[in-house]
Amino acid sequence: MAERRIGDVILEARNISLSFGGVKALTDISFDVREHEIRAIIGPNGAGKSSMLNCINGVYTPQQGTITFRGQTFSHMNSRQVAEMGVARTFQNLALFKGMSVLDNIMTGRNLRMKTNLFQQAIRFGAAEREESEHRRFVERIIDFLEIQAWRKTPVGRLPYGLQKRVDLGRALAMEPQVLLLDEPMAGMNVEEKQDMCRFVLDVNDEFGTTIVLIEHDMGVVMDISDRVVVLDYGKKIGDGTPEEVRANPDVINAYLGTSH
Amino acid sequence: MGFFLETLFGGLMAGMLYSLIALGFVLIFKASGVFNFAQGAMVLFAALAMARFSEWFPALMGFDSKVLANVLAFVAAMAVMIAVAWAIERLALSRLVNQEGITLLMATLGITYFLDGFGQTLFGSDIYKIDVGLPKDPIFLLESVFDGGVLISKEDLYAAVIAAALVIVLSLFFQYTSTGRALRAVADDHQAAQSIGIPLNRIWVIVWSVAGFVALVAGVIWGSKLGVQFSLSLVALKALPVVILGGLTSVPGAIIGGLIIGVGEKLSEVYIGQHIGGGIEIWFGYVLVLFVLLVRPQGLFGEKIIDRV
Repeated sequence: MAERRIGDVILEARNISLSFGGVKALTDISFDVREHEIRAIIGPNGAGKSSMLNCINGVYTPQQGTITFRGQTFSHMNSRQVAEMGVARTFQNLALFKGMSVLDNIMTGRNLRMKTNLFQQAIRFGAAEREESEHRRFVERIIDFLEIQAWRKTPVGRLPYGLQKRVDLGRALAMEPQVLLLDEPMAGMNVEEKQDMCRFVLDVNDEFGTTIVLIEHDMGVVMDISDRVVVLDYGKKIGDGTPEEVRANPDVINAYLGTSH
Repeated sequence: MGFFLETLFGGLMAGMLYSLIALGFVLIFKASGVFNFAQGAMVLFAALAMARFSEWFPALMGFDSKVLANVLAFVAAMAVMIAVAWAIERLALSRLVNQEGITLLMATLGITYFLDGFGQTLFGSDIYKIDVGLPKDPIFLLESVFDGGVLISKEDLYAAVIAAALVIVLSLFFQYTSTGRALRAVADDHQAAQSIGIPLNRIWVIVWSVAGFVALVAGVIWGSKLGVQFSLSLVALKALPVVILGGLTSVPGAIIGGLIIGVGEKLSEVYIGQHIGGGIEIWFGYVLVLFVLLVRPQGLFGEKIIDRV
């Protein structure tokens, strides 16, 4: 396989500050993400990792700072617009469409790419039908890729947690994103499920060249798969660099292990 | 036997009409997770628009073709319902994204009062007629089998067929089109739907328009049976036990629930009512639902509520 090329900066957060009333969730955070890399954001509980992701994704609007995506700078993002620009995400506390089958859940990820209008669909003939089967073919590839063929028609609400996480990833992949935001993809998983998930993340990055921004709580996992790591603690950035650099950073060690007094 | 069949058919057809109203509730609940209290008000509003437009258009434009008047009035009333859907989304729902179900329910209560009042202000509060030419004369079936045959109201029969067709089309739409899928996605999780680029506001306008369309059809059918007046909005109360019986999330459930309640009402009135003083028809549906709730809280066809502990 060809050597993975890390490209130019694709996404950049500059001086992001976010507070909820008196609580400062993020203070003056800046970092960048390069094309095709796996970028991790780590930190202890409550460090502001998810808040950071939600700012990029447009769920929260930061009070200060800007986000630059592919050369365009925004002071706040809007969920739908972000999706249109090619950023997909998964959720920490699974936000799947529980009553719908695995297949339908992943198909919803194709929504933005569907061009036929309501009336064509209502007749379900010609263009709408062709479109549906084209997308279906794409979704089947994702299902194969994630090895969830056996559960295609099962309502996701009935699947075990680890599989639901995969479906969540599948739905994001169906958008053919350029940047994939993963909010604690391994949270609550057992060792085997974690290994599977790591493999999928690496494969996605490898095969599709998707840039990945990954939030994780578990240091071990992150260090193995990411190219560069940002460390947050109490809403401040305390480290940024390759896994080796970060591991050697005394502030990071303190944040994770506590300071000796 | 002939009498039993007559009661049964009468019940089935009445049930189909309940289903038609119930369908409006189910559509909105399925697609936005909102229990739309305003469905009855929408039926009244749509029926009022239809009744008045079919009077006004011939007078204004100087023609007297009944068919043309009805067609134009129907189209115009539909346009009004789409405008209502758009206004509801703009003024109420779009401000309540990611809020609790109860908040949205309260909002629809407000919409109910507004639509009731606004409709009567715009269109007047007298009793109006809708005449779309549904035949009023009954037909007799099976005359060779039973003495006197089985009497069936043609009007009810037509209405039942229209309702059934509407239901089939809507279930297919929900299950097999990508817009239908997007609607279901929004119902399940607003935030996730937004993250994959489903435009909430457009989806909501579509759902409320479809519910408006269903309300219009129900309004025309009920209106031509009973006349258009304020009490028309109360037929929604008849549909409540139907939705709960069938399950809030199930389109086929709305139909079967309607049929069960329609038939149950008529049969219980005729066969049990006479022994305990009659008037059972009015409360039968509610009592039936009470018992069903004890056994199956999600209704007969609703999605089973699974809680992970």
